[in-house]
Amino acid sequence: MQPTAMLTALLGGVLIGAAASGLLLFNGRIAGISNIVAGLLHPWDDNAGWRLSFVLGLLAGGVLLLFAHPAAFGVPPRSLPVLVAAGLLVGLGARISNGCTSGHGVCGLARRSARGLAGTVTFMVTGAVTVYVVNHLLRRTF
Amino acid sequence: MKLISAFLVGVAFALGLGLAGMTQPTKIIGFLDVAGHWDPTLAFVMGGAVAISLVLFSLILKRPAPVWGERFVLPEKKAVDIQLVVGAGIFGIGWGLSGYCPGPALVSLVTAGPPVLAFVVSMGGGLYLGGRLSRYS
Repeated sequence: MQPTAMLTALLGGVLIGAAASGLLLFNGRIAGISNIVAGLLHPWDDNAGWRLSFVLGLLAGGVLLLFAHPAAFGVPPRSLPVLVAAGLLVGLGARISNGCTSGHGVCGLARRSARGLAGTVTFMVTGAVTVYVVNHLLRRTF
Repeated sequence: MKLISAFLVGVAFALGLGLAGMTQPTKIIGFLDVAGHWDPTLAFVMGGAVAISLVLFSLILKRPAPVWGERFVLPEKKAVDIQLVVGAGIFGIGWGLSGYCPGPALVSLVTAGPPVLAFVVSMGGGLYLGGRLSRYS
């Protein structure tokens, strides 16, 4: 990995952490993306406004990236049926464990939460095992 | 005001994810591929994100309340339970299969590519189903 790539990754991470801190400072909320989206999939309550604003902000940021730095977007090396299955597992797992990479992996660790740490270690391990099975045991793309 | 800050924070979050390379699923799969050509990008991203939020969160939570709101709303559960471990385990399998987690997938929706559309629609179904399951357990 090149030093510039390391620095860019670090800076991107700092921006993510600063954004999560901003949501806590101004709105008093945890920037857990799966929970924010999940909250919009049920009958809307008083929280729907800020949740929708946040998701629209994510999309607006995506549009900015698309114009300023289109190389930021990559395509997963998997077929559509695998992505449908993966999406289901990601949604289901995030909801059952009450968090995803942002909620457990960034905000949870930042709050020194035991649940955040346990969640992060668990999904890193099952993620690595999954990649090992796909890339090294099955040795195929699908 | 709450809506404006949430929107701007969303924009910054998306730019951070894009800059960090998190909207490239091959980089995530590369990070998880510890037995192959390991890509350490995600370690730097999480390192940067956690380092700054460790400092800022502790400063922010010393305030009596957020800038625009009555109180901080933080997760109440403290114990590591079976739902957490099983759920995070399932999440990791989907994450390793696709290289997408919810944030980067939502940001990548703007490319309107069939892979990310399929993933996000299915993820919405999973989030909804998971909510139903949690209610009955």
